[in-house]
Amino acid sequence: MSVRLTRRMVLAAAAAFGLTAAALPGGAATAAEPIKIGTFLAVTGPASFLGDPELKTLQMYIDSMNAEGGVLGRPLELVHYDTGGDPNKAVTFVKRLIDQDEVDVIIGGTSSGESLAVMPLMERAEMPFISFAGSKKIVDPVQKWVFKTPHTDTMACEKIFEDMKAQGTTKIAMISGTDGFGASMQAECKGVAGKYGIEILADETYGPKDTDMTAQLTKIKNTDGVQAVLNPGFGQGPAIVTKNYRQLQIAAPLYQSHGVASKQFIELAGDAAEGVRLPAAALLVAEKLPDSDPQKPVVVAYKQAYEGKHGAGSVSTFGGHAYDGLMLITDAMKRAGSTDKAAVRDALEQTKGYMGTGGEVTFSAADHLGLTLDAFRMLEIKNGDWALIQ
Amino acid sequence: MLGEFMQYLFSGLTSGAIYALVGLGFALIYNASHVINFAQGEFVMLGGMSTVFLSAAGVPLPVAVLLAVAATAVVGLALEKLAVEQTKNASVVTLIIITIGASIVIRGAAQVIFDKQFHTLPAFTGDAPINVLGATITPQTLWVLGVTVAIVLVLQWFFNRTLWGKAILATSVNPLAAKLVGINTNLVLLISFGLSAALGAIAGVLITPITSTNFEVGIMLGLKGFSAAILGGLGSPFGAVAGGLILGIVEAFGAGYISSEYKDAMAFVIILLALFFMPSGLFGKRGTDRV
Repeated sequence: MSVRLTRRMVLAAAAAFGLTAAALPGGAATAAEPIKIGTFLAVTGPASFLGDPELKTLQMYIDSMNAEGGVLGRPLELVHYDTGGDPNKAVTFVKRLIDQDEVDVIIGGTSSGESLAVMPLMERAEMPFISFAGSKKIVDPVQKWVFKTPHTDTMACEKIFEDMKAQGTTKIAMISGTDGFGASMQAECKGVAGKYGIEILADETYGPKDTDMTAQLTKIKNTDGVQAVLNPGFGQGPAIVTKNYRQLQIAAPLYQSHGVASKQFIELAGDAAEGVRLPAAALLVAEKLPDSDPQKPVVVAYKQAYEGKHGAGSVSTFGGHAYDGLMLITDAMKRAGSTDKAAVRDALEQTKGYMGTGGEVTFSAADHLGLTLDAFRMLEIKNGDWALIQ
Repeated sequence: MLGEFMQYLFSGLTSGAIYALVGLGFALIYNASHVINFAQGEFVMLGGMSTVFLSAAGVPLPVAVLLAVAATAVVGLALEKLAVEQTKNASVVTLIIITIGASIVIRGAAQVIFDKQFHTLPAFTGDAPINVLGATITPQTLWVLGVTVAIVLVLQWFFNRTLWGKAILATSVNPLAAKLVGINTNLVLLISFGLSAALGAIAGVLITPITSTNFEVGIMLGLKGFSAAILGGLGSPFGAVAGGLILGIVEAFGAGYISSEYKDAMAFVIILLALFFMPSGLFGKRGTDRV
């Protein structure tokens, strides 16, 4: 008796719950069911200096978009997982985003390793995906569902070689870090050097944690005919190279990569940084851009919004990549008029002349990066600050 | 030709002096306990980072250095008191594992307390390179070398001429016998952790203008310093310095004359060969373990 009673009660309770459960989403859907934007970022771990501003940017702009009524009249909901920079975790989280959270689109993937690892999942699930990572392999060869916002190392090499060519430099030496960034850029630069008629006379490397690079630089100094030196690297290595470069009093101009395009590099290298040339995103010199520059309003607005919330000097190009990703995907939704995955992807591929923090983006079936060399500006360090080279 | 040779030598001396200074800290704790303290690199990092942050907070540099060294010494004392001593008579291997754990904790804490960025300090006496025989060396390298020599001399005197130094050596040779003759072995261990933490901090301050520092810098410096101490013979301060300089010079000449790709490999090959033919290091005391 008591058993049956309990069972009946359970049934009744279940039925009541079922009714409310059925009623609630129905009511909510007519109001506005949120658009779910999935993301997986390395907010902790070694790549956290990339992932942290990316997440802050997404949260900040999703909040402000929601305050303005959302997209397609629906609020945006960010579903985020922290990968700690681990590609294996990225795979697990992306599976969860696709299968359990049933997100509408995915943007994210702080490091190239994470992004490359999850690309097959995106293709299989037919999920529109915009990556925030640097590697060229993400969009070359082009995959139907995968796009990316940051410029590639190859473009940085080309920008540098363009500047060298303008200076009449044809024979250079390279000293590269052996970390992922340095090694990748070293290979890319060597690949495109011929296109600009540039000959690499010496090709030295150093470990990312090395404390002294004078031996390698002495070799470069004693190589005849070197007109300029290029140092693809990341972290404190390039700062030590720059100090050692001045210590050895090498006369040829020194080029650094976009890997050190932050105020920190100037702090670390100090006076030795004077005269160093490097390519960097427009965001770094937002206020210094001429008013006629069409990118100026975008980068100044992003910089002010981000620094207004997170403190002066906190803005980075990495957060900018996340900004561009969010803007591109929501723009595609608006043009598609729905969150249907295929429609959003098609609209995304038709993006034309979107002006973002990374440059002007025009996607096509053959180009899922959509940036030109104009994405980079050549800078020279003068008086402890960036100066635009016209 | 001579200029090139001299420059490679100076390059080797610069990194070698850094390895030597870090290696000294390993020697000190090993002398007292036969423990290889894998948190030694973290002491180096703490010295550099605390100085950077104190001086950024407006503390004058010399005071910041003293405070940073003292603070790091306190961390070293705490490590001994709270972790090593609690294990009572744990084996040396257990203690080594504890130091690895401690290094991870310190690194994590530094990441939270300080930040994840790289920082540097101004060179003590300017950046103007000194020209010698067509090669250049920075004044900061001379500081590192000079302080390393001074520390070696002080340590030699301390271990051979003072009662405390001899007590530390005695504890290392035979803890039970040392206890029987009235040496407070716990105190000896405590002091050696404090001293080597302070030593690590001094190294951290001296090398920050050359290498810059961040919360992770201790990993690689610790590894190189450990290699230096092993090469020279564990427990011998003089050996640690010689090992560090040899390591640095081999790396520099390897990078200069052969290929920078194999720089680290060459250094480690030298260590392997040395240990193969001289298992107790170049200047270590021959092991005479009775079976």
